Amino acid sequence: MKPVAAFVLVGAALAVAPFLGLPAFYESFLYLVFSWVVLATSWNLLSGYAGYFSFGHAAFFGAGVYATAVLGGKLGWSLLATLPLAAGVPALLGVTLGAVIFRVRALRGELFAVLTLAVTFVVSTIVLNTPIDGGPGVMLSAVSIPKLAPSPSGTFYLMALILALISVYISYRVYHSRFGTGLFAIHDDEEVAEVMGVPTYRFKLGAFALSCALAGLAGGIHGVFVSYVTVAETFGHWLALYVILMAAIGGTRHWLGPALGAALVTTLLYAFTASEHALGGRAVVGLVLILVILFLPQGLLGRFSRRAAFPRKELIPPDASIAVANKERLLVIRGASKAFKGVQALAGVDLEVRRGEILGLVGPNGSGKSTLINVVSGHYPLDGGSIVFEGREIAGEAPHRIASGGIARTYQIPRPFAHLSVLENVALPPMFGRVAMDRGRAESEAWRWLEFTNLSGKAGRLPAELNLHERKFLELARALASRPKLLFLDEVLSGMTPSEMDEAIRLVRAIREQGATIVFVEHVMRAVMELTDRVVVLTNGRTIAEGVPREVMRNPQVIDAYLGAAHA
Amino acid sequence: MPSAALLGQSLLAGIFAGALYGLLGLGLTLSWGMLRQINLAHFALVFLGGYLTYQLAAAGFDPLATLALIAPAFFILGVALHALLARFKVGILNTLLVTYGFTVMLESLLQWIWSADYRRMDSHYGAVKWKVGELFVSLPELITLAIACATALAMWAVLRYTDLGKALRAIAEDAPMAAAFGVNHKLLSLLLSGLCAALAAVAGTCLALTYTLAPSQMYAWIGVVFAVVMIGGLGNPLGPLVAGLAIGVSEALTMAITAPAWAPLVSFSLLIGALLVRPQRF
Repeated sequence: MKPVAAFVLVGAALAVAPFLGLPAFYESFLYLVFSWVVLATSWNLLSGYAGYFSFGHAAFFGAGVYATAVLGGKLGWSLLATLPLAAGVPALLGVTLGAVIFRVRALRGELFAVLTLAVTFVVSTIVLNTPIDGGPGVMLSAVSIPKLAPSPSGTFYLMALILALISVYISYRVYHSRFGTGLFAIHDDEEVAEVMGVPTYRFKLGAFALSCALAGLAGGIHGVFVSYVTVAETFGHWLALYVILMAAIGGTRHWLGPALGAALVTTLLYAFTASEHALGGRAVVGLVLILVILFLPQGLLGRFSRRAAFPRKELIPPDASIAVANKERLLVIRGASKAFKGVQALAGVDLEVRRGEILGLVGPNGSGKSTLINVVSGHYPLDGGSIVFEGREIAGEAPHRIASGGIARTYQIPRPFAHLSVLENVALPPMFGRVAMDRGRAESEAWRWLEFTNLSGKAGRLPAELNLHERKFLELARALASRPKLLFLDEVLSGMTPSEMDEAIRLVRAIREQGATIVFVEHVMRAVMELTDRVVVLTNGRTIAEGVPREVMRNPQVIDAYLGAAHA
Repeated sequence: MPSAALLGQSLLAGIFAGALYGLLGLGLTLSWGMLRQINLAHFALVFLGGYLTYQLAAAGFDPLATLALIAPAFFILGVALHALLARFKVGILNTLLVTYGFTVMLESLLQWIWSADYRRMDSHYGAVKWKVGELFVSLPELITLAIACATALAMWAVLRYTDLGKALRAIAEDAPMAAAFGVNHKLLSLLLSGLCAALAAVAGTCLALTYTLAPSQMYAWIGVVFAVVMIGGLGNPLGPLVAGLAIGVSEALTMAITAPAWAPLVSFSLLIGALLVRPQRF
């Protein structure tokens, strides 16, 4: 059965309830459950999937409440007419906040969490001290609601049900999509995700906007449901606590987790508030949150949150353009410089990479090799100089743009996405690289590179279950899967045994035969001599020699750089 | 435009409020910057400390002397908290969630014991006021300022000049590497966490001296104190004091010039401003 059909079916079954003549109490209770399902599920889109914990969901919910309160309660609009703004205002608020925070490089997650803690307070201050509320609260009892069911409580039940179904469906679709894969990658390692082509900034803003909009819709409906709203009730810090607890209990890495958690926690809370122990109930909520984080960090659905792999499809034939080493300049670096707090890592590097060659980039530790890779891939901005790739200036471009232009890299210390399977890891770059496939095709593509690197037996494993040399090969497979035009290999051989090295060297040759140009950064001279067409020597951030490997290695300056002046 | 006397009084009020922000932020910045734990429960501990001071003062103790009892007890709480977080290897964002849980539990406890009503501690300090020119200065506020400066400077000196401080900074930089060089990072982390909690006790006593207490009020401090911690630079013991004074004064001037209700926006705006102007600093 198609997922849409399943959602419609579940919805239709639940939609019967208001017509059965149940007491209004049940409808109202279930309304609350659905409302919390919306809030928890919407929170999870950014905070669960991408790992940016928001403590400000009450602010976005409240912005929706007050959008409807002003338009409906004060200006007399109908509930349905207010909903676009009940979604739009919080989304705009979220995007504005995100646009500031998401630009910060370090500490983004912590900063986001703490700033969202403050945002509820800020928004409520503004609402309280301006004519939006002004203090006395807003009456919404006159707002007209659509007549969907025999009773008003039935109508609210249906509206919340529809919104809950939409939220969970969005959560489901995002979870299985390219967008969701990008968010999961951001969760695990944002820098690597960006270098693999994920437009991280846009994705986070998108997820945040979606999350805020859904919370705002729930707020708009809820304002009319309670019919009288005040700042104190709307912006209470409890909302954020409950939402986080619900998602954590259900499982933040599963599309249904927050909804399940919402149903459980709402019932639990009801049991407490109905009795005399409201205060104790809050304490229990706090305790449950602690216990869940300590003992059940994956949540109830944690064990089911691995996404099923797609059936393998027909392999797409590789690019016909098998390149031969020629004189065409693929990458031209001129005068590249980069300093870190006074340490001049690159002091005007000139470098050319010709299409189809394997260029060895060698130099002692600290000579600037890794920095060079990092500036070409866009991870560090360049202080000065230019980088031209296929005739296009790429210095200053976002890393994901550079990646989709056809430049890939491996990391010296492998940095796989820890919560994605080996197959998903390798399928990520094709989804965001220069081809931009959907998830199904990308996985078929990934299988090819897993076979190429002898990892297909481990496709379903998590990266932590691989040994070091397998993880290095995973790095390779991932870089290859983006079908790069230019591939930077950063010390792939370090830490390998001689026989593993032979295997890796064979692999690098095979990669070139697939049509990629390779920049091979390595300390193992045997491999450099064996593999490379040309060698460039870097020391103290400058190129000091360039040419055929055997000649360059006899250059006295190069010997100096490696062994010190005394030797020469 | 308000009169010079009013502005002067506001400025003074801002300095005193800022000192308390700095004092609250000191424990937070150390645990966040050096232990990689964002301890939301710090606020609940401060309030618990405030209420205990209030209770003991009502029983006849000198408010400042109560610290001799409360601070050691809190030290043990801090050690226990770190032991728990370390035992379960809780990641930094999850420390925020776990301590959120503790905050909520402590709030319920406070409300259960002392009710949700506002409480104000009576002490002989409260009555002492001086008139300097046209400005009024009260003793509790001066005590708070003095304690805030003294603790911040003491922590700074310890971290800067002692072997203990060097070891702690090494842990903050790279715990496994510090351990490899013979630093007992487990023990020292427990110690630092205990110290942060003891600082919460000190802040609690100062809070009880100068403010009215209500359990729900703890959430009102979170935004501004975190802003102080972040603007001051994580792990920097002098940062919260300096940033606290700056924010306190800005808030007080905002209150004097516009309306008191807008004060909560000041710290947030300053933080957002700092983020926009110097994002690389964070």
